[in-house]
Amino acid sequence: MSAFLTLLFRNRLAAMGAGVIAAILLLVLTTPFLPLHDPDVTATADRFMRPFAEGHPLGTDHLGRDLLSRLLHGTRLSLAVGVAAALIAAVIGSSIGMVAGYFGGRTDNVVMRGVDMLMAFPYILLALAIVAALGPGLMNALIAVAAVNVPFFARNIRGVTVGLAGREFIDAARLAGMGHARIILTELLPNVLPVIVIAMSTTVGWMILETAGLSFLGLGSQPPQADLGSMLGEARSAMISHPHTSVVPGLMIFLIVMSINLLGDGVRDALDPRLRSGALSRPRATTLVRRQGDIPPATDDLLAIQDLRTEFHIGKRNYRAVGGVSLAVRPGECLGIIGESGSGKSVTALSVMGLVASPPGVISGGAVRFLGEDLIGAPYETLRQKRGDRVAYVFQDPLSTLHPLYRVGRQLAETIRSHHVLSKAEARARAIQLLNDVRIPNAERRVDDYPHEMSGGMRQRVGIAMALANEPDVIIADEPTTALDVTVQAQILCLLDDLRRERGLAIIFITHDFGVVAQLCDRVAVMYAGGIVEEGPTQVVLDTPAHPYTKRLIACVPEPGGGRRELAAIPGLPPVLDDLPPGCAFAPRCYKAEESCRKGEVPLQGPALHAVRCLFPERAH
Amino acid sequence: MPALKVEHLAKTFPLKRPLFGAAPPGARAVRPMSFQVEAGETLGVVGESGCGKSTLARMLVGLLEPTEGTIEIEGEALGSAGPAEFGKLIQYVFQDPQGSLNPRKTIRQVMEAPLRLLHGMAKPDRDRRIAEIFASVNLREEYLDRYPHEFSGGQAQRIAIARALAASPRIIVLDEPVSALDVSVQAQVLNLLADLKTRLGLTYLFITHDLAVVEAVSDRVVVLYFGAVVEIGRAERVFASPRHPYTSLLAKSAPVVGRSLAAPEQKGTELPDPLNPPPGCAFAGRCPRATDLCRAREPELKQMGEDQLAACHHPLEH
Repeated sequence: MSAFLTLLFRNRLAAMGAGVIAAILLLVLTTPFLPLHDPDVTATADRFMRPFAEGHPLGTDHLGRDLLSRLLHGTRLSLAVGVAAALIAAVIGSSIGMVAGYFGGRTDNVVMRGVDMLMAFPYILLALAIVAALGPGLMNALIAVAAVNVPFFARNIRGVTVGLAGREFIDAARLAGMGHARIILTELLPNVLPVIVIAMSTTVGWMILETAGLSFLGLGSQPPQADLGSMLGEARSAMISHPHTSVVPGLMIFLIVMSINLLGDGVRDALDPRLRSGALSRPRATTLVRRQGDIPPATDDLLAIQDLRTEFHIGKRNYRAVGGVSLAVRPGECLGIIGESGSGKSVTALSVMGLVASPPGVISGGAVRFLGEDLIGAPYETLRQKRGDRVAYVFQDPLSTLHPLYRVGRQLAETIRSHHVLSKAEARARAIQLLNDVRIPNAERRVDDYPHEMSGGMRQRVGIAMALANEPDVIIADEPTTALDVTVQAQILCLLDDLRRERGLAIIFITHDFGVVAQLCDRVAVMYAGGIVEEGPTQVVLDTPAHPYTKRLIACVPEPGGGRRELAAIPGLPPVLDDLPPGCAFAPRCYKAEESCRKGEVPLQGPALHAVRCLFPERAH
Repeated sequence: MPALKVEHLAKTFPLKRPLFGAAPPGARAVRPMSFQVEAGETLGVVGESGCGKSTLARMLVGLLEPTEGTIEIEGEALGSAGPAEFGKLIQYVFQDPQGSLNPRKTIRQVMEAPLRLLHGMAKPDRDRRIAEIFASVNLREEYLDRYPHEFSGGQAQRIAIARALAASPRIIVLDEPVSALDVSVQAQVLNLLADLKTRLGLTYLFITHDLAVVEAVSDRVVVLYFGAVVEIGRAERVFASPRHPYTSLLAKSAPVVGRSLAAPEQKGTELPDPLNPPPGCAFAGRCPRATDLCRAREPELKQMGEDQLAACHHPLEH
């Protein structure tokens, strides 16, 4: 709650709105106790007195009634009616929305078509019809305004509920014995509530305006009772001769609606999880670079990652996702990076081309050299020319990396044409050629498919075709087969293996699967908590792992053909990246850790072919 | 008496009726299948995405109503009872541990629901039972007043298992319980499940796509393809000496340390279209042994070897 308030008041406009509305509320709440004239007592002799007249600070209206007193009583009434209407509309609308969204199917259809019909009427016409049927009066105006706003809530809440109703925790609640009513009230409502609050905060202002509108037309409050709308309506005839009678209530409406809307927008921004996560602060085109320390000298590798450090600054916390990683690949080589979630393997890969989202990502040290040229801190245009052309990526989920609204052929052609001058027909021919290269049957026909028309395996082939489009030197594949079935995975792996042999491609292959690494990669680097703990030729690392983490991780993986058995596990959890222990990051979980492991950084050492970051490495067998 | 007996269980999802003309026949997610699970046994269910394993699981716990067929738990037919009746006998552990916990409820609220609603326990009894369950899944009681997002994947999955145990079921359906977890944590959860099973005398239905995991935890394994059982057998035999060509394909595709990379098939790998199922064997289009017979007639599940069954006209010989 306090986090919400801090966030809310960081927004200056919202804070200003909150201040104004608080002052108005204070005034109208204390109105009965203030020494004011009776708002309804007429004194025709004192009619149309100007503001600042004696005894009447805001003057009097056409019947000589005190304007200040009428204004405060009227504001009190208008606010009460507006808020009541908003509450009624929210309760009824949200209930309708939740019921329709939760049950779905026919219930949803019938209820929502009814709501749609209500929405099809112009709102003022509908309100007029309701008031005409029920007769004028403030209560009936309130009912009309609430009824007009029910569809807004119903549609909003239904949309949110549909998304929630399919979630697994709802199924789990049903299995725990909950009935429909209980699920709606105790499982759905707490999750929908923020949305209801957001919708209310942005509509209260509107409802006050609508009530004022009905009163202005003489359908709301009846004389002599004052509310802001009827005050404006009564002042209309004297607008030219005595403007203060309309300006006073007009200004008040303006202040109320403006402050409520500013506050409402602030509440929405502070509550909406999408906005809170920083979706409004668009990431920069390249990762922010704030390098400290020396920049390592160039080497003659094709792609070299040198002592790379990438951090995430979130609030006061500083997550060290990658802490000094050095890797290199040569043409035609496949380097595997293996690690568990949070080990920094993906962030390492994204840092190469400056693709880590900033904010919050910052590259704080090291270099990435492509043919000797440092890419960290290179101008955006240099990076853009190399992205997808010299260094290409293949991501885990092809459905989210392909644009759903464009045909795959067009997306392939775009990849080529953004780097090379080619006619549309040539680009299309090349796209078909590429689809053939990744063994998609009927490439001429499938080039015109949309991504959703393809299976997961086919989509990932398109992803690979896109990476190959400009004949890059390096492909960085981040868990490209994790989302695929095993039979499809086997084919994709074969495809990648063939491609690198045919074209001399260098592949950096990120995975968590030792089986995949063993089948595809020449060398493997094992990452833990943002650092490499062991690196060497795949066969050597898998047969004689030197780091206790590697050894125990391999033991965790069940192998087919072993029958029923107890599986090895590593006790404990990986460390949190904003609070890494001094010394070896694995020491708290390691069975052979000693005092020296917990002090000072452990270097990556050993022969160049098989280096390990451990003071007490496992002995080779 | 088997713990779970399923007969001719099938699910067809109806399709929208077009504006003109008759309704199409519907998508057959699970074709009539029968099997049984003995008390104290772990039955592994393996198959690729779209093979109907999740639909099967949801029918078993009563979240989906079967189109035809019966489910019997310990000799008692459940018919179309709601999830609450099913809940006392059979529980479900979901793939995504975070997604199966309501983000706005404390763990205590999550744990109390089945105790209160399924067993009508009073507050002191509930507290005692929760403490007991938490001790058995190695969770600290101080976690009870926290919210789901404060837990790692492995912890959240243990909480989900604890919730399933709170209903005191006889059978637990585990739907990919470790796929979302890292390997080092995966082993912790699998070992916990094995331990709970022996201590509480549970019966498991273990659904997964990972052959190595299923072999390590199961007594028997069912292989599904396109909504139908293609092979059933003892876990250690099914992948070592498969009779159905699809089981063999699966076994050969799994990446294994020490086996060189070779794509086991190059033909079309897509599952047949469920709206327009092929006549005959659904695997015939991908099968190297397929003949005209396969494309014309659907094979029945037949006994092959002493405790292995496969649905194939031309089974592999060993």
